[in-house]
Amino acid sequence: MNERRSLFILCCLGFGFAFLYLPILSMVVFSFNASRLVTVWDSANSPTLKWYYSLLGNDEILDAALISLKVAVINATGASILGTLAGFSLSRFGKFRGRVALNAMTTAPLVMPEVITGLSLLMTFVAMQQLIGWPVGRGLTTITIAHITFSMAFVTVVIQSRLSTFDMSLEEAAMDLGAHPFKVFFVITLPIIFPAILSGWLLAFTMSWDDLVISSFASGPGSSTLPMVVFSKVRLGVSPEINVLATLTITVVTLIMITVAWWMARSARIERERLRS
Amino acid sequence: MYKRSLLKRLGLTGRGIVAAVPFIWLIMFFAVPFIIVLKISFSDIDLAIPPYKPLIEWAGHNLIAIKVNFNNYVFLFTDHLYLNAFINSIKVAFISTVLCLLIGYPMAYGIARSKPATRNLLLLLVVLPFWTSLLLRVYAWIGLLKANGVINNFLQWMGLIHEPLPMLYTQFAMYIGIVYSYLPFMILPLYSNLEKMDWQLLEAAQDLGCKPWQAFYKVTLPLSRNGILAGSMLVFIPAVGEFVIPALLGGPNALMIGRILWDEFFSNRAWPVASAVAILLLIVLVPFMMWYQSVQARESAGDRR
Repeated sequence: MNERRSLFILCCLGFGFAFLYLPILSMVVFSFNASRLVTVWDSANSPTLKWYYSLLGNDEILDAALISLKVAVINATGASILGTLAGFSLSRFGKFRGRVALNAMTTAPLVMPEVITGLSLLMTFVAMQQLIGWPVGRGLTTITIAHITFSMAFVTVVIQSRLSTFDMSLEEAAMDLGAHPFKVFFVITLPIIFPAILSGWLLAFTMSWDDLVISSFASGPGSSTLPMVVFSKVRLGVSPEINVLATLTITVVTLIMITVAWWMARSARIERERLRS
Repeated sequence: MYKRSLLKRLGLTGRGIVAAVPFIWLIMFFAVPFIIVLKISFSDIDLAIPPYKPLIEWAGHNLIAIKVNFNNYVFLFTDHLYLNAFINSIKVAFISTVLCLLIGYPMAYGIARSKPATRNLLLLLVVLPFWTSLLLRVYAWIGLLKANGVINNFLQWMGLIHEPLPMLYTQFAMYIGIVYSYLPFMILPLYSNLEKMDWQLLEAAQDLGCKPWQAFYKVTLPLSRNGILAGSMLVFIPAVGEFVIPALLGGPNALMIGRILWDEFFSNRAWPVASAVAILLLIVLVPFMMWYQSVQARESAGDRR
């Protein structure tokens, strides 16, 4: 009986991962295809790197990538700070006035359809400009504010779940020994939750780098992010350069994921060895 | 001393400031925006920048005129396009959620029951697509599904079909896109729920004479209820308002409310109508969001036990 069950589960896993990975694999394979038709393999001239060179010469995509990079770095940093503060408040301060509201406002963006967030932020920017004259027009500033708003929720969740699994007694001991709460935070809490902050930062970076809908609402002329440029190209059909872009993205993400996983496994091992000795 | 307690009463303690910074940010850019959208949904459309008339006007003779205009809502309820789009979006999101659950549950179960080393690798494999751009992953399906795409070429080469199947720009393509993109959101909460499961309960049920499927149905399934609910909400709620996937994979008449809102805003510049759509969508979704939050609260309470 058990054998049959595990066979069924194995089949599901196999099918599921094939479903998740075949599309990605096909993009990678066809990025080396010489034909402009993308999905019709031109066996005479393939594999080729010609679309890789062509992407490197595409100023529209490169400019948009630079804008996206700027927004993503500022966003990830801002969202990590705000998200850490929010996650820390929610898991360490017990009951305080506004806790319910703060909790709701950090959970709702996780599931809020992007069109609603985008529309409401844009209308807020317009109303703010009418009222206080800032922000002037729409551009990098408004995109960054919009991104921080939705991605800090994800950082909050990461920080909160890390804090809920680690023992409060360390912090309490330091506090009993007379350390100032700020010192406790920087000397004890911060180093322990640092991996969580790092993964929060990476998560916020990715959300910003990938976001199409909210950026489209919050951007103005001349501030098209990479997903906006990709979307307008993809709407017209497949394009070999987008396959190259996808392949490069996947490669970078995979490398970062492997590095982070390796680094975390290593620090866990060092921790274990220290505990043993 | 007095000064200190005054500061305290205002919430200006160290803790107060730590909590206040994200709080104020979210009030300004997450809560207030909904009030502004609500306000604009009651305005008249106008050929100006921004394209709506103010609600409050100075009417002269010491009079302030407040014009609340319900026309946008009346319009949404009388034009069948919008109602149909709402119903269709909920239907598509619901079916996609069920499909994600059917595919995701066995996967999460399999991952939770595998050896720790394999488990981490499999989890990494689930998370990896989630970290690569959604837009690019949806784009991948255009290449697979189009008339001279990978699947059609393969089927023709096998001799199974003689003419390419029309798959891209159909409901079918839209379902595939949504299930594909949201699958990790279903698997992860299910996994973190199943991971905490005490498998001895399952053995006990079998020792007491339950068949494996009975044990699953009577023990595993009820115990993973919160994981199922959390995963389903994470798929269903955003899928109702999804824009990118119907825009790229669905046909020109794939009526999804996210797409309608987008078109009202970007193509028709009808800000008040787009706002009214957003408000109605929120009214539909807020109960589900509150449900999600209570499920999450129960899950983390279970963690602490």
